[in-house]
Amino acid sequence: MHLILFFLFAGFCLAGAINLLWQTHPINSALSLIVVMTSLAVLYLLLGAEFLAIAQIIVYAGAVMVLFTFVVMLLNAGREERTLGSRAAIPIGFPAVVVLLGILATIVLHAQGLAAAHLGVGLTNAKNASNLDVLSQVLFCELLLPFEVTSVLILIAILGAVALARRDEAERTAEK
Amino acid sequence: MSFLQHDVPLNWYLLLSTVLFSLGVVGFLIKRNLITVFMSIELMLNAVNLSFVAFAYQWHAVKGQIFVFFVMMVAAAEAAVGLAIIIAVFRARNTLAVDRIDLMKL
Repeated sequence: MHLILFFLFAGFCLAGAINLLWQTHPINSALSLIVVMTSLAVLYLLLGAEFLAIAQIIVYAGAVMVLFTFVVMLLNAGREERTLGSRAAIPIGFPAVVVLLGILATIVLHAQGLAAAHLGVGLTNAKNASNLDVLSQVLFCELLLPFEVTSVLILIAILGAVALARRDEAERTAEK
Repeated sequence: MSFLQHDVPLNWYLLLSTVLFSLGVVGFLIKRNLITVFMSIELMLNAVNLSFVAFAYQWHAVKGQIFVFFVMMVAAAEAAVGLAIIIAVFRARNTLAVDRIDLMKL
């Protein structure tokens, strides 16, 4: 069951990511990014992170991607133009990507091997409560200050976004 | 969730995450549209989140999941500010092609 779901949604994930690169119109890329994010939410669910799965759908697939599609439509972004292409891009770029993938995979799998060696340590705080219980305990007791600081960060981000996106008085009078 | 017993090796999640991250890097480098470049950054953030969740699952460490939660919050703030910057750039230069946005001065 787990295996089938993993393959199905990992496939969706990869297909969405490749489609994001393939499409030339930003709105198609945005829609395939939504597919990637939603299938990642299912993978989080498989890994026993229910809260994160819901947050992923609400925050990423919901809020962030609505913002993206809104901006694509607001700016009326058309097909991207391929300019200044370099002939060296393909012979150098593909091996470089493969090398990057290899390095990352080696590092991550090495870390995973270390974790497997120490798994006895990790198992001491076995989960008998539900994930959400433990998560909220840690979030609202131990890490309350960072959590509150995040809300200030988001407030500042809202103010910054409004300040950046609004037109100046001079610009507006010039248009009149 | 008894039917979701762990029979997928964790390595596969980690490999999926590295492949997604590499695709994000490729998109960041080859895309010529400012918005799509920004979307590739979001893809990379998501790939890193997946590896965080996978490690949190293996270590039974709930703090990894909390880290992902904070990454999500920061990414949401970053998306709001980044898209506002994109709107400002578009208003000043009237284009979204990264090749044409080559001056520090707007």
